[in-house]
Amino acid sequence: MMKSITEIFEALQANFPEDVQLIPSAEKPAAILVSPLKIHLIAQFLNSNENFLFDSLILLSGVDDANGKKVTAENGSFRYEGGTFSVYYHLESTSIRHKVVLVTRADRGEPNVESVSAVWRGADWHEREAYDMFGIKFLNHPNLIRILMPYDWEEGSHPLRKDYQNPEFYKGMKVV
Amino acid sequence: MSFLETDFVDENIVVTNVNDLFNWARLSSLWQMSFGLACCAIEMMATSASHYDFDRFGVIPRPSPRQADIIIISGTVTLKMALRIKRLYEQMPDPKYIISMGSCANSGGPYWEHGYHVLKGIDRVIPVDVYVPGCPPRPEALLEGLLKLQEKIRNERVAKPNS
Repeated sequence: MMKSITEIFEALQANFPEDVQLIPSAEKPAAILVSPLKIHLIAQFLNSNENFLFDSLILLSGVDDANGKKVTAENGSFRYEGGTFSVYYHLESTSIRHKVVLVTRADRGEPNVESVSAVWRGADWHEREAYDMFGIKFLNHPNLIRILMPYDWEEGSHPLRKDYQNPEFYKGMKVV
Repeated sequence: MSFLETDFVDENIVVTNVNDLFNWARLSSLWQMSFGLACCAIEMMATSASHYDFDRFGVIPRPSPRQADIIIISGTVTLKMALRIKRLYEQMPDPKYIISMGSCANSGGPYWEHGYHVLKGIDRVIPVDVYVPGCPPRPEALLEGLLKLQEKIRNERVAKPNS
């Protein structure tokens, strides 16, 4: 039987009381906020529990919340100190046909999130993309390397960060 | 007027000079490298197809850079791809020509400001002979670009003139 987000949340709260929280929106709850270091356990639970059977990870995406302290340098460039990165998980059960959205937030300075690629194989490349674009580190990922940018792209340079700055050259080619 | 347009008289002997002969041969059979990058490549394929018929200008797609005279950079050149295009260009035998097709290959196009992954113009990597503007250019525009290239080749010299 299809479960509402509130029912899913209550089940999660019973099993992971410390690690889940409901994100309210104006009308109804929008997503469930979960701890970044427990997401793999919660994913495993939602995947295997017969009331939920979330067998499909529709998408996994990284977000730069840009909610830290904005530090502007003299040349006009800026960077964020503190704040968070988010990872969004859109889940669906193809048998029960219900959906839910999970969110996890990790510190910008050390963005560690547990990998869910052991639960959904498709998460492998999605997590590699979130790592490539935002620098979010997925712990226990089988092969966490860049997927879109060149493998030898500057270490620690992640283009979709809000404070990203292009390197001037790449292999002798002018970039900017 | 090309030397072939004069009538054959005197037992089919044509008198010309080496420059004209070589230029005529080169500009009439510009074999194109079979290579496309983005939406411009769709227009390039349309240009090759029967309606616009690139073949009537001697442009035939070749599957290897070693058999190609011309490479049409038809689309967005990412930094990753730029290295490979440079390699392909270096594998082509001389004389070789490049048409840069569309805004992306010309200057980065819509990726000019925020394209962290896009080379802002293929001429930063290899020398371009003709730039065709458009996003993407219509087949007519690409044909015009080819005619401009032919015009350019028609005025080339095989050897350096003695000074």
